Amino acid sequence: MRTIFRRLGFYVLAAYAAVTLNFFLVRMLPGDALQNVLSKLRSAAITPEELKALAAQYGLDSHQSLASQYFSYLGNLLHGDLGTSTSKGVPVTAVLGTDLPWTIGLVGSATVIAFVFGTLIGIVVGWRRSGFFDALLPVATFFQAVPYFILAFLLLLTLGFYGKVFPYAQGYDTGNPDLVPGWNGTFITSVVEHGALPAATVALASIAGWIIGMRNVMLTTMDEDYVLVAAAKGLPQWKVAGVAARNAILPSISNFALSISLVVAGSIATEIVFSYPGLGYEIYQAILTGDYPLMQGILLVVIFTVLGANLLADMAYVALDPRARKES
Amino acid sequence: MRILRSTKVVVGLSLLAFFVLLAVVGPFVAPHAPDWQANTTSGVPQPPSSHFWFGTTQKQEDVFSQVLAGGRDTLLISLLAGLIASALSILIGVSAGYFGGVVDEVLSVLSNIFLALPGLLILMVVMKPLPPQDTSNPFLIGGVIALTAWAWGARVLRAQTLSLRNQDYVESARVIGERSPRVIVFEILPNLLPILASSFIFTVIYGIGAYVSLTWLGVIGVPSGVVTWGTMLNVSQASGSLISGWWWWYVPPALCVAGVGIALALLNFGIDEIVNPRLTSARTGRGSGVKFRLGLTPVLQSAPTKGDAK
Repeated sequence: MRTIFRRLGFYVLAAYAAVTLNFFLVRMLPGDALQNVLSKLRSAAITPEELKALAAQYGLDSHQSLASQYFSYLGNLLHGDLGTSTSKGVPVTAVLGTDLPWTIGLVGSATVIAFVFGTLIGIVVGWRRSGFFDALLPVATFFQAVPYFILAFLLLLTLGFYGKVFPYAQGYDTGNPDLVPGWNGTFITSVVEHGALPAATVALASIAGWIIGMRNVMLTTMDEDYVLVAAAKGLPQWKVAGVAARNAILPSISNFALSISLVVAGSIATEIVFSYPGLGYEIYQAILTGDYPLMQGILLVVIFTVLGANLLADMAYVALDPRARKES
Repeated sequence: MRILRSTKVVVGLSLLAFFVLLAVVGPFVAPHAPDWQANTTSGVPQPPSSHFWFGTTQKQEDVFSQVLAGGRDTLLISLLAGLIASALSILIGVSAGYFGGVVDEVLSVLSNIFLALPGLLILMVVMKPLPPQDTSNPFLIGGVIALTAWAWGARVLRAQTLSLRNQDYVESARVIGERSPRVIVFEILPNLLPILASSFIFTVIYGIGAYVSLTWLGVIGVPSGVVTWGTMLNVSQASGSLISGWWWWYVPPALCVAGVGIALALLNFGIDEIVNPRLTSARTGRGSGVKFRLGLTPVLQSAPTKGDAK
């Protein structure tokens, strides 16, 4: 139990740090960056009152001290108030509500696919150690070493644009008037079809890391005495592999924390390539229009999502490794 | 040299040398300036020809010259990002591992928080409002990228320092009265070199991905007349080259980015195998014919005959 409380303490601290960073990030921008954005907005379709509210939110024309700005920001946050999007004129939370499910669905399904298949392939490659699969490893690094958006373009071109196997833009068939978003078969089919290429991009890019990580730990674990004992008992090969794999999977799970923020950042780039209606595409639009409240809101939600995923991985680790429950 | 026996390292190094050479001499040997225009009348890109090897852009600029000129900033910035991030990760990771206690707690929490931050997103938000004189400063851009990239290396270095700290030779160095900085620099750091090398390469790969993504998105503005691979992709995408089938415009810069990434990844692979010889693929040349059996690691050198290496 102490371990879990310690970890929870870390997450509370990390969440607080993220909130604080989010506050100062915009204020740390050099010189008059914000003033520039505001002056650009003056020419845009935004009422003087809204402009004034925005300036006050960022402490540009008010005489509030930084500390009191900070505390009113924290207070607003506790009430679930992230401000108003300047480009859309609606509360930031409303925009996040429509975008978040898309991103979570994309990153979640791609990560589960990559983790399950990557770990399985890693077990097989590590177990057999030589042969065809091992020769494939350098090929897998190709997907790891290439930036996500280039991989996304590659898939978009081959399977989408020229191959016409999958649709390659939007989250569902927006041109079809018969399609009603909701829990109906045609809509879900359309969502899955449109999600195939973005999810494949994210999965392909991250699978190499799981394969190589799992293979490397498998190779080390197989030299342990308990694996030799399992083999000496005369267990069938696949059971011996299972004994090794169960222990070898632990570092993979703790590596999850290292890789998930990279995967999320990569899926942001992927969403932009496929104009997928998630947070990534939204923050890109927000950056282009200088919509700071929306940018900050998305940043915060993404960091919280990553922290949540880490917490899940931590809990899985504690469940799988008895040692983690005993050690302080 | 043992390092050169691995095919992966040799291929990776030669590929990398090619691209570094390209970055250094590319702008000088390019047939035209990046913003040179073949003519100002046509608005249709020309496909590759003997005259323009990689074709032209919509503004009739020579794609071949742009590719040659576009690598320098990308490689320089990612190299700087890798160097700065490695310095930060040594500073934070090694101190955390060596001093332990409260220092370790604080620094570990700090690096775990930075690990959870999605770097690319923060870079997008921070870079966009920067004025052009800042975005054309490679040290600034590399430094900001490094700030989002040091935590991974710090965590790995900390773990390794922890296990080195209690080794006998470190203990004895302390006992004879060596000061902490000396112990760290002369006793511990040399043994961290392989891990440091692989985390450096990892960071450079990350830096290339981040910088190219940011310029492709147009988040980092570059001064007019300067071309990088990322801006080429940006302009080509904005001109609709995908739908119009002008593949020669975006394929060369994309291939160059991929090539550098693969070169570095292969190198990293090779370093991993040198650090931990057990990871060596059985297919890397000398090992062919040796069959691995559970619990027994085949010794490649003394294997007398095929299939007899138990």
